[in-house]
Amino acid sequence: MDFSFTQQFIQQLINGISLGSIYALIALGYTMVYGIIKLINFAHGDIYMVGAYVAFFATTALKLSFFPALLVSMVVAAVVGMTIERLAYRPLRKAPKIAILITAIGVSLLLEYGGMLLVTPQPRTFPALFESQVFNFGNIVVNSQQVIILAISVVLMIILTYVVQRTKIGKAMRAVSFDTDAARLMGIDVDRVISITFAIGSALAAAAGMLVGVYYNSIDPLMGIMPGLKAFVAAVLGGIGVIPGAMLGGIIMGIIEAMVSGFISSTFRDAAAFAILIIILLFKPSGLLGKNVREKV
Amino acid sequence: MGKNKKELLALAACIVFYAVVQGLIMLDIIGPFWELNLVLICINIILAVSLNLINGFTGQFSIGHAGFMAVGAYLGAVLTVKLQLPFIVAILGGAAAAGFLGFVIGLPTLRLDGDYLAIATLGLGEIIRITILNIPYVGGASGFMGIPRYSNFTWVFFATVITVFFIRNLINSTHGRACISIRENQIAAEAMGIDTTKYKVLAFTIGAAFAGVAGTLFSHYFYIAHPASFTFMKSFDILTIVVLGGLGSISGSITAAILLTFVSAALAGYPEWRMIIYSLMLIVLMLYRPQGLFGNKEISLKIFGRLMGGTKRGNTQSN
Repeated sequence: MDFSFTQQFIQQLINGISLGSIYALIALGYTMVYGIIKLINFAHGDIYMVGAYVAFFATTALKLSFFPALLVSMVVAAVVGMTIERLAYRPLRKAPKIAILITAIGVSLLLEYGGMLLVTPQPRTFPALFESQVFNFGNIVVNSQQVIILAISVVLMIILTYVVQRTKIGKAMRAVSFDTDAARLMGIDVDRVISITFAIGSALAAAAGMLVGVYYNSIDPLMGIMPGLKAFVAAVLGGIGVIPGAMLGGIIMGIIEAMVSGFISSTFRDAAAFAILIIILLFKPSGLLGKNVREKV
Repeated sequence: MGKNKKELLALAACIVFYAVVQGLIMLDIIGPFWELNLVLICINIILAVSLNLINGFTGQFSIGHAGFMAVGAYLGAVLTVKLQLPFIVAILGGAAAAGFLGFVIGLPTLRLDGDYLAIATLGLGEIIRITILNIPYVGGASGFMGIPRYSNFTWVFFATVITVFFIRNLINSTHGRACISIRENQIAAEAMGIDTTKYKVLAFTIGAAFAGVAGTLFSHYFYIAHPASFTFMKSFDILTIVVLGGLGSISGSITAAILLTFVSAALAGYPEWRMIIYSLMLIVLMLYRPQGLFGNKEISLKIFGRLMGGTKRGNTQSN
């Protein structure tokens, strides 16, 4: 009894980590955008859906293999993300926050239902891009998709960390996020930095979308809503605006979700995510890795 | 004209309007399709006006209104179907339960503000829905079926009139002024000695209670309470109405509820276009007229008077 409990625990931990790395990829986009323009980009989850569909058409219609498809999907999503920012968010830079938030909800609905119109609401089967291999460690099962998801997520996160910490544009992003006005005075083109932030965030979300397609073999136009919200919760959990926080938060969310569906009931796993959000907001609103900042009057 | 006299006049106008419409329904000039839309308009007005109290007047951005509606819908159904109580008890019970829940979850969450409150209320709405989904007593995922149709135009219309009058009077009272001051500047309001938490929770509780009323009326019109009717898409629908009409305008909410219900009815044959039009409307509205159609102004008879060239400069709220 005790033995099988441990086994199931480890199994759920593995499932949770692979799911969590997907949440982490989406959460990075939320956290970067929030860090710079203080906007919950509700449409971010739908960019993830767009990425999954682009990857789907790249692999089925264009017959691309995994890596070219991933690249195409990331590039297309980056363009979509920049376009949304340019058309919907940039004109509202000076508007009240509520107006931008409502616009984001509008963009999200537009992508979902526009997507339904374009690609039909029926779920589609994502093609199997690999020979699915199953590795057995005792009674614990790990499949090749999980390994690939984790590997790609880690590589992308390392690249992102490098870009943010070591490159000029990364430095500019950090400067804008720290103090937009001061950054502008120092000659940083703030609009361009915001645009690039959206591009990077959207590309990461698209990668997550493709990985989910590979993992679950099924995609549909509304697939972005729940993971989008959960990734946001993950970003808040880790401390919104903090990049390592988004990764940590994503992994924790994935593990908690896997545990709840494994040990309690899978119908409660979405509720668990929101319960975590509320608890975090009440007790540590700045998140696990966030610093407490008193709002200015 | 005195204030009371004007209220009576407005009430009389409502009763005349009701009598005319009810007469048309009885004479079958208004058929079942338009009667359904009239009921939907009224329910949407209740939802929008009550959400406007929270979002528009108190400035607390909540997007979980459908959750409270669900509580009203289900509890009302339990009271009439399982306990065989009269419909009025179900409406009051639904309101009380939703209001109580609003109070309980408003107390901790209203410490948050802006985006965080929005996402927390969205989460709470979903938690309510998922919880209901997991209660076999009320039908679980297949929904609560076999609810008698107690709602009709009469019930729904008078519930709407009461809601609008109640919230309008609340806004014009000391409490309402306190709520508006929180919207304008929470820190300044606090410095003036207003107990901001108290008024935020008050507005949230009352808004939730009226959403419960709308929910009870809803489930007793459509014979069924189904968890899928109360997702956050429903909350966004209500939010669209409030934003379109204008955050902080009751007459705006009423106009937008009428307008959008007609738009939905007209697009009934093309359901896939409905949400696209809604979303484009939200985006375009925010880009070109972020204050909504009416801003935070109210239409009243005075405006008509002024248009006729009668009274000069009434006491319209300037912003």
